[in-house]
Amino acid sequence: MSRIKTFNLPDLGEGLTEGEILAWLVKVGDIIELNQPIVEVETAKAAVEIPAKWAGQVQAIHHPEGTTVEVGTPIIAIDTDPGAGPLDAPSTTATPSGDLPTPSAASLAAVEVAPAEGMVEPGLIGGAAPGGRTAVLVGYGPRTTAAKRRPRKGAVPAQAATAPAAAPAGVDHGVVVGDKPAATSTIPAPQVHDRRGEASGRATGGVLAKPPVRKLAKDLGVDLGTLTGSGPLGSITREDVQQAASGASVVVAEPIAVTSAPSFGTDREQRIPVKGVRKLTAENMSRSAFTAPHVTEFLTVDVTRAMKALDRLRGRREWRDVRVSPLLLVAKAVLLAVQRHPMVNSTWAGDEIVVKEYVNLGIAAATERGLIVPNVKDAGRLSLRELADALTDLVQTAKSGRTSPAAMSGGTLTITNVGVFGVDTGTPILPPGESAILAFGAVREMPWVHKGKVKVRQVTTLGLSFDHRIIDGELGSKFLRDVGDFLTDPEAALLAWT
Amino acid sequence: MAKGDPGGTTRSRRAAPRSRKGAAGDPALVQLLTPEGERIDSATGPDGTEYRVDFTDEEYRGLYRDLVLVRKLDAEATALQRQGELGLWASLLGQEAAQVGSGRALRTQDMAFPTYREHGVLYCRGIDPIMPLGLFRGVDQGGWDPNEFKFNMYTIVIGAQTLHATGYAMGITIDGKTGTDDGEAAIAYFGDGATSQGDVNEAFVWASVFNAPLVFFCQNNQYAISEPLERQTRVPLYQRAAGFGFPGVRVDGNDVLATYAVTRTALDNARLGQGPSLIEAYTYRMGAHTTSDDPTRYRIASEVEAWQAKDPIARVKAFLEKQKIADAGFFAEVDEQARRESVHLRERVLEMPNPEPVTMFDNVYPNGSPLLDEQRAKFSRYMESFEGSVH
Repeated sequence: MSRIKTFNLPDLGEGLTEGEILAWLVKVGDIIELNQPIVEVETAKAAVEIPAKWAGQVQAIHHPEGTTVEVGTPIIAIDTDPGAGPLDAPSTTATPSGDLPTPSAASLAAVEVAPAEGMVEPGLIGGAAPGGRTAVLVGYGPRTTAAKRRPRKGAVPAQAATAPAAAPAGVDHGVVVGDKPAATSTIPAPQVHDRRGEASGRATGGVLAKPPVRKLAKDLGVDLGTLTGSGPLGSITREDVQQAASGASVVVAEPIAVTSAPSFGTDREQRIPVKGVRKLTAENMSRSAFTAPHVTEFLTVDVTRAMKALDRLRGRREWRDVRVSPLLLVAKAVLLAVQRHPMVNSTWAGDEIVVKEYVNLGIAAATERGLIVPNVKDAGRLSLRELADALTDLVQTAKSGRTSPAAMSGGTLTITNVGVFGVDTGTPILPPGESAILAFGAVREMPWVHKGKVKVRQVTTLGLSFDHRIIDGELGSKFLRDVGDFLTDPEAALLAWT
Repeated sequence: MAKGDPGGTTRSRRAAPRSRKGAAGDPALVQLLTPEGERIDSATGPDGTEYRVDFTDEEYRGLYRDLVLVRKLDAEATALQRQGELGLWASLLGQEAAQVGSGRALRTQDMAFPTYREHGVLYCRGIDPIMPLGLFRGVDQGGWDPNEFKFNMYTIVIGAQTLHATGYAMGITIDGKTGTDDGEAAIAYFGDGATSQGDVNEAFVWASVFNAPLVFFCQNNQYAISEPLERQTRVPLYQRAAGFGFPGVRVDGNDVLATYAVTRTALDNARLGQGPSLIEAYTYRMGAHTTSDDPTRYRIASEVEAWQAKDPIARVKAFLEKQKIADAGFFAEVDEQARRESVHLRERVLEMPNPEPVTMFDNVYPNGSPLLDEQRAKFSRYMESFEGSVH
């Protein structure tokens, strides 16, 4: 260590590059104390006094008052041991880098040379950002000298110097010798994590599981602490929880679908989280069942003539590509009956009844996601052909799971086609906000009294649930009767009603 | 302000200068030691609470020693920044009494949440004063264990620590550690400028409605960097507490005795389950906001001189001399101790090692992370690829 210390102008205010020397408070030869103010410097931010970093005698002052000095350049030299006799020659020329070890010639040759001025990438510390501003947060400001970085191990000097493209290899690939990757033996093999083993060492803070998995576990009553996780780091996955909940000892690869046969474990109970469509259905049904007083009426009708009418329709050229189902006739029957009894198409709104001039006809559909009830908007304005297309589209969209929320809202009256499941009828629950729902049962061949004789006829049963707050037995019965009349003889009903 | 409110504008405009002048002769200001060193037996707060202290001579001398040491170490840190050894320093000059008074009022079990200027409180918590210097030198993250010393990390984000403190205090309640004499409490430090932050106001709301055992300790040093107090508030800050539903008190922040008494009472109320309170320690920042700031650009010399006369250390010294609690030998001994400790601090700062780059991966997760382990390994290999590496 030299006894002569050189003081460089520091960055006095977070990212400054220069300062103006306003006044020297000491002169050459002065004996100064530690922290004695020696110079007043004005920067872009403030005018400040700089205290002496060392006690001693002022040996040299490098810049006169009024000059602007770059951060990092020497401004004063202080002899820290003035009583020790005269200085020897080399010391007097001591530079700020005098304390640094001198790099060997060999290592210098392999040094990655800092790019020339102006070639530094913008935004890097020490590099000029666009506009000439230098991005420096703290420290001595932008670098004004060439970088002296330690050479890379095993680097070939000539190649490193002449092939700069190889030198600045990123952190990723580390050692580069010439154009070949270094022998892999010097690089530790990539660590293969024994995930479970690591987890046991690591997981001192409790069980690892993502918040949604924790929620699932809580909902299903599964204690996470009893599980062994199969996820990364031994974390517990959704499947682990579901498996534990079902008590299954084998891995259930697929999520449990409502339609798949449930796998029951040792406790012979399966727990299925209530969510999504199931949750919504449950909420709607509970709400409706316990707020709207339901009445259900049944009517069994002979639809032989209607089925024949359908066949005739199918035979027509313009209907050739149209899907014609019994549901279409039922829908038409309902729409026509609503015209005759508008009160059926209404909503109980507390202190008033909202009767609708339009019919958004809901069709209950069983899908893989569960029960959904999309509706045909303004179905009352559609021709039979348009209604058929709309129903086909609605059913196909529902089956493919693409039904939009908009298609499921705003229904005013609903048909549930339980006949497709082979049953005769039911007592359907009203969708919330609707006042009537019609269950359409299976069409069966049955012995039926026809024109005074027992004949085999095609017969079906209709079940109508309605909100008794709005619809009395008389109105409900008339409506159901009209639907039945249409299905018994559609052509005659059309002639009579329209 | 709307036209329909004729009185509001002018009234509040007039009120602001009065609150600025309120330091002297303000009936709301709790003071137990005047700037001249006269002892006042007791002072009454705005809610009728009576404040007094009963220190032994030894304790009085201890407070003086704290004040002098804290100021000297702070001055050394400022000098080190000027000499290029620290990137930045936020000096506490002028606020020693507010920090030592409140810091000494804390009990061992109480938790403090500081800003970046609480070097005095840090000292009172028994933390090595070099700790924040490592942070501002850029060689570590602050260094002390917040749980060991019950003193959280310095928070640079203005006011953010008030929310941390509120959450911590709510936790104290949940843990059932209030309601007894040895219960726990927390204290959140912030400045006058921070009272304009959303965080601080949210903290007020939460602490209030959850009755959190928390003391909001606002050092009103009159400036938010360069913005004067009248740009923050039209009412005395301590009165804001009333709107949130807890008591507020203004104390002479240059009076270490009053600050101690008020803080002790507020902490004890909190630990007994009485909920939060706000202390406005009325003081003055004698130095710059930080070493990057030039206060002469926004405040006049006469204002600084007026506050010079209220110096927190001079009044304690005058009191000790008048009461013959300490003699010249004691003062010289304290000065010598301060000089010795500041030189020692300087030597240690200059020897602080630069951290190994790979240590940036430490302290990210308490139990590590496989991704981070991978990055660390990769980075270590990169560092090892240089000649002369010690890895």
